[in-house]
Amino acid sequence: MNYWLTAHGNACRLALRRLAAAPLNTLLSVLGIGIALALPAAVYLMLAHAGTLAQGRPATPQLTVFLAIDADRKAAQAVAAKLKAEPAVAGTELLAREETLARMKASGGLADAIGVLPKNPFPDAIVVTPADDAPAALEQLAATVRQWRDVEHVQVDADWARRLAALVRLAKTGMLLLAVLLGIGLLAIVFNTIRLQALTRRDEVEVSRLLGATDGFIRRPFLWHGTLLGLAGGLIAWLIVAAAILWLRLPVAELASLYGVDFMPALPGPRETAAMLGAAALLGWLGAALSIGQHLRHME
Amino acid sequence: MIQFDRITKRYPPDITALADISAEIAAGELVTITGHSGAGKSTLLRLIPAIERPTGGALLVNGQNVGGLRRSALPWLRRHIGLVFQDQKLLFDRSALDNVLLPLEIAGFPLKEAKRRAAAALDKVGLGQRARALPIALSGGEQQRLAIARAVAHRPALLLADEPTAYLDAETARAVADIFIEFHRVGVTVLAATYDASLFPGARQLRLDHGRLAP
Repeated sequence: MNYWLTAHGNACRLALRRLAAAPLNTLLSVLGIGIALALPAAVYLMLAHAGTLAQGRPATPQLTVFLAIDADRKAAQAVAAKLKAEPAVAGTELLAREETLARMKASGGLADAIGVLPKNPFPDAIVVTPADDAPAALEQLAATVRQWRDVEHVQVDADWARRLAALVRLAKTGMLLLAVLLGIGLLAIVFNTIRLQALTRRDEVEVSRLLGATDGFIRRPFLWHGTLLGLAGGLIAWLIVAAAILWLRLPVAELASLYGVDFMPALPGPRETAAMLGAAALLGWLGAALSIGQHLRHME
Repeated sequence: MIQFDRITKRYPPDITALADISAEIAAGELVTITGHSGAGKSTLLRLIPAIERPTGGALLVNGQNVGGLRRSALPWLRRHIGLVFQDQKLLFDRSALDNVLLPLEIAGFPLKEAKRRAAAALDKVGLGQRARALPIALSGGEQQRLAIARAVAHRPALLLADEPTAYLDAETARAVADIFIEFHRVGVTVLAATYDASLFPGARQLRLDHGRLAP
């Protein structure tokens, strides 16, 4: 155990010395790795947030029945009662226009614009939970209600959540593909860096073998080299993602508020940060292991 | 300690470097291998740490048949041997101290102990004040002494040297040879291939002639 720790301590020191000895090469490799990792990491975080949004919305479809702007409360209550009597309706909830106005004012973004309007621009609305959520039954119910007196518009609310969920699924598949491709790119960067290192240090490898070094001893500094490159690249990726989030969070929050969604992109949390750095270090180690393994086999 | 039993070494297509070599070297002996250029001195030395393998016969080091060792066992054999090469094989991007540290790191010494031993080895060969110098800044004789310090830093029981005084002027060659004699005096088995056996007075001589042991 003591030998193992000493050997790794020495190898890590040697790898750090080698990285510091070629600062420009190190910087370019680390930047390459960081940029390659930043893209899938950013997409992952964005999708994680988008997924949360989609989950926060009703997955079972609902209809929102908007009444005409000039329809009074009695008319709204009459439409609600008529809806309740429909066998295709499981439940209803009347949203008074005053309630909608208060909610919109509280949600931010639109408060100033609403404040300057001479009167409440929102109509009364009724949220309808259908008994049958099959698309055909929903369409049939929506078409029926659209014909009623005092009804201005009928909207199927689950549509955007379904579309968002479908988009998130598609984007996750795309992200996985991107992550695999860029992961291979990272492996290639580390593989090539270590290959060049091993070629430069061919004499050192030969002398070490003559002095009784095992392949493990020879591999160790190269593995640390790759791992440290990956780790530093992961750190750069984290910084890029964090900078992008800090830069974009306000515009994104404003955009989200326009759709009535309270959403502020957050910096990667401890688990996400650990996963990002761990994956980067692991890929760096793997690239180095493949490279030095191949080099030592060639030297046989 | 070392037993050559009818050792043969051939290279393709049909070059015989060593033929039917039988000899024994006891622990604590000082032995020189002499002979003309191409007689097989270096080849004989390279067989002992299994840098090359014999094509015939048996070579025993401390009772172990080196010819039959698996590749994975070679590091442990080599860690018990100090090697001084004709071309020194120093690492020119490392300081003298770091060159001497290498076999100690390989042997697994903690850094503090390794540095102590490396400094002692450099002192022993008269390079204590040049520890931080890069090999390129050392003279030929100093480089050879550095190679000796690296070979003995981990205190091996067997020291092999391939033409350690080649390319050195007479005075420096004498000083380098004296270092080997000193190690022999403290019990290290020394086997040196040399063109000039007179540098090692009192040594038993094995003379090679066209790959065969001369009587």
